[in-house]
Amino acid sequence: MPQLSEEQIRRYSRHILLPEVGGKGQRKILEAKVLLVGAGGLGSPCGLYLAAAGVGTIGVVDSDLVELSNLQRQVLHFTHDLDRPKALSAKETMEALNPDVKIICYQQRLTSANIMGVIRDYDIVVDGSDNFPTRYLVNDACFIARKPLCHAGIFRFDGQVITLIPGEGPCYRCLYPEPPPPGLVPSCQEAGILGVVAGVIGVIQATEVLKMILGKGEPLVGRLLTYNALDMEFREVPVKRDPNCPLCGENPTVTELIDYEQFCALRA
Amino acid sequence: MPAKVRIPTPLQHLTQNLGLVEAGGATVKEVLADLEERYPGFHERLYDENGALRRFVNIYVNDEDIRFLQGEDTPLSDGDEVSIIPAIAGG
Repeated sequence: MPQLSEEQIRRYSRHILLPEVGGKGQRKILEAKVLLVGAGGLGSPCGLYLAAAGVGTIGVVDSDLVELSNLQRQVLHFTHDLDRPKALSAKETMEALNPDVKIICYQQRLTSANIMGVIRDYDIVVDGSDNFPTRYLVNDACFIARKPLCHAGIFRFDGQVITLIPGEGPCYRCLYPEPPPPGLVPSCQEAGILGVVAGVIGVIQATEVLKMILGKGEPLVGRLLTYNALDMEFREVPVKRDPNCPLCGENPTVTELIDYEQFCALRA
Repeated sequence: MPAKVRIPTPLQHLTQNLGLVEAGGATVKEVLADLEERYPGFHERLYDENGALRRFVNIYVNDEDIRFLQGEDTPLSDGDEVSIIPAIAGG
């Protein structure tokens, strides 16, 4: 690993002061490659903090354009970014914050055909997507590729976070075996989201990522953390590996990647 | 002695926005049936067309997933808390 420059020693001095990080840990962070799926409500705060922390390579997958209704929470994007691709806007913001960070943009939707090629080059994946088909696709692909995944979801005043490490704990299908049929669960677009909830949960995802890079602390493996902003309450429920899990159980039925939208469209 | 049931945000429109309600029953199944009596609308949201609990909604008794206890037949004691925790996808 390359030595830290004088400028880097100053930039990361508050990290380096921590015995759990130190110069060695900071070099690990600079060497790390993290993929953000989504540069929206969760991906924005997560990406900002990972860039500030000096994560050396950050991939950003997002096919959307910045809309005015995004700016109440998606802090990677500014008013002057309206109508620009989120992946590009995210790249500019993170690079402006920290020139040590290399940002790779994927201006595309993840599908069963392209996801394995995208996640292959990364150490850790962060799911900040906004829909169930992508979440199940990301979970399944990360399990198959043996990539640690920090999963989170937000809704109105609520958030959920869990870290999924293949071979060490449950996968997302151990928790929720199958996605809901389309239309049964409202999205943020339909139901609203208090912007700061995305910040709280996205920064918890960033915290999990940094702990995994450093190999310090206790990740949210086998524990679902839930947050409610109105009650200002964090709760935690244990999540076990399910021997009947359709993906990582003893007799798996999900043996290849599924594009749920197509699947659902076919059935409808 | 009724059980306390934690209602997730997406279903609180059924409980006049209450996050914690009471429902009676000796098992999870009975409590969920009583919940439907008191606040109609839960059944179709928690159960699929075949009468099985939906696979994107988990029910916990005192923070243990009932799938790893006795499912809907999991017995409840005084003071037990039942939590409904659905998958949420917003980002």
